[in-house]
Amino acid sequence: MNQEKIVIWFKKWASVVNEEKNYISDLDNAIGDGDHGFNMSKGLTAYLTARDAKGVDSITDELKLLGMTLLSKVGGASGPLYGSAFMAMAKLTGDKTELSVEDIIEMLEAGIESIKKRGKAQRNEKTMVDLWEPAIEKMKEGILTPSTVDEIVEATAPLKATKGRASYLGDRSIGHIDPGSYSSGILFKKLLEVLY
Amino acid sequence: MKKILNRPEDVVEEMISGLVEVHSDIVHRVGDTRVVARNYEGKGKVGLVSGGGSGHEPSHAGFVGKGMLSAAVCGDVFTSPTVDQVYEGIKAADKGAGVFLVIKNYTGDVINFEMAKEMAEENDGIKVETVITNDDIAVEDSTWTEGRRGVAGTVLVHKICGALAENGASLEEIKEESEKLIKEMATLGLALSPATVPEAGKPGFELAEDEIEFGIGIHGEPGYKKLKLTSSSEMAKEFYTKIKKELNLTSDDEVVVFVNGMGATPLMEQYVFANDVLKLLAQDNIKVAKKLLGDKMTSIEMAGVSLTIFRLKDKKWLDLLNQEVEVIGW
Repeated sequence: MNQEKIVIWFKKWASVVNEEKNYISDLDNAIGDGDHGFNMSKGLTAYLTARDAKGVDSITDELKLLGMTLLSKVGGASGPLYGSAFMAMAKLTGDKTELSVEDIIEMLEAGIESIKKRGKAQRNEKTMVDLWEPAIEKMKEGILTPSTVDEIVEATAPLKATKGRASYLGDRSIGHIDPGSYSSGILFKKLLEVLY
Repeated sequence: MKKILNRPEDVVEEMISGLVEVHSDIVHRVGDTRVVARNYEGKGKVGLVSGGGSGHEPSHAGFVGKGMLSAAVCGDVFTSPTVDQVYEGIKAADKGAGVFLVIKNYTGDVINFEMAKEMAEENDGIKVETVITNDDIAVEDSTWTEGRRGVAGTVLVHKICGALAENGASLEEIKEESEKLIKEMATLGLALSPATVPEAGKPGFELAEDEIEFGIGIHGEPGYKKLKLTSSSEMAKEFYTKIKKELNLTSDDEVVVFVNGMGATPLMEQYVFANDVLKLLAQDNIKVAKKLLGDKMTSIEMAGVSLTIFRLKDKKWLDLLNQEVEVIGW
């Protein structure tokens, strides 16, 4: 995967998040503060504007620009969590111009490590971790498809939140899809579209 | 939605512009950032930075000035400020003796402030320490939640740590003292009517005409129970009983009582509620060394009050609370 494809990946992600921002915010409204879709849409739009204005010419700079834009434009928890994930990925790519599937998996693993560290979260706490970890595992086995991504997203519904703002709801968080896992699910599905 | 606004998305920018113009004798804005910093320099002293989502005015910019905060970082309404803004706040507050961050316990605030701390340490070699306030006892503090939220008690932490910094305490001393302070305070809040975030345009939750919610958070997070409207004395009893139990208050204790308005509750009602709280403390022979009342940690136009009780385990805390300050909102 070269830089051009990376950009297509992020553009596709941004486009679906923009289309579904109301739905994503509704998911957040059920168990959080109802702004996840709007915030992510704002951050990704700012990234697209910044990259067009700047002209970015390497994979590493592309990842850094996305990471920094999310860090500086998206408040709350999702901006720094996603932002730090892309910044961590940028540390691995160096001056590479082409990434193999193995490189991508390694990159995603660095991303989720950063999210876990920042969010002090583990699996089964109803957070983005519950999408990223199983999705990466399936990718390693070569069996991740868009429909398995959907299944992983759905599997966050029965979990009880113990991290993030949803944790204040306790049992009342059960039965709702985790909005962070949903927006991450789009990221993984769009990756599959450009990767293979 | 009926509010005095231009465009809802400009509310925070325009509020900051207005605030620093009106109070230009005390504060200024740092460049085009979301940081409100004090004019008083405090050279060689520890700088104090706090902040969080906007909508809690006068928190936190209203507590910027000599003897309290060096800078406050204003996020979007009810949304934590971003990392780069907190980083700007730390740099503005650094006067050579390190910077102390007072963070309310919310996931977004904690993540953004901690990342900014690391940036300031790595890029600028600024020494940074933090305290995470968690006085809201409506939320259970266990491994199964994010932990108790930081609410009105945070203002007392600003005041005491700010006075310590002004008196020349070191970063380590302020950190140590802050950890002791937060163990001695407990807060509970209630709501009579909800708040509307300007960009959302509709109330964050619903309450029937005759309902009150006990244990509400400062962003309209659900409380621990909804009840039919009752008398002020019953509300006071509900909160006092819970806080007394949480802090194990006895007649040997000396306390500070802080009644905080949530935004839309008139002072008249706050005084009625305070009167009821003070009666309960008198019945238990608990000495109240200081009383504070007013809108200090609000939730936009939510109607309601919160009650904070703070045990003066160390007598010098009272002197620090009474020490003179030059800020907008104390």
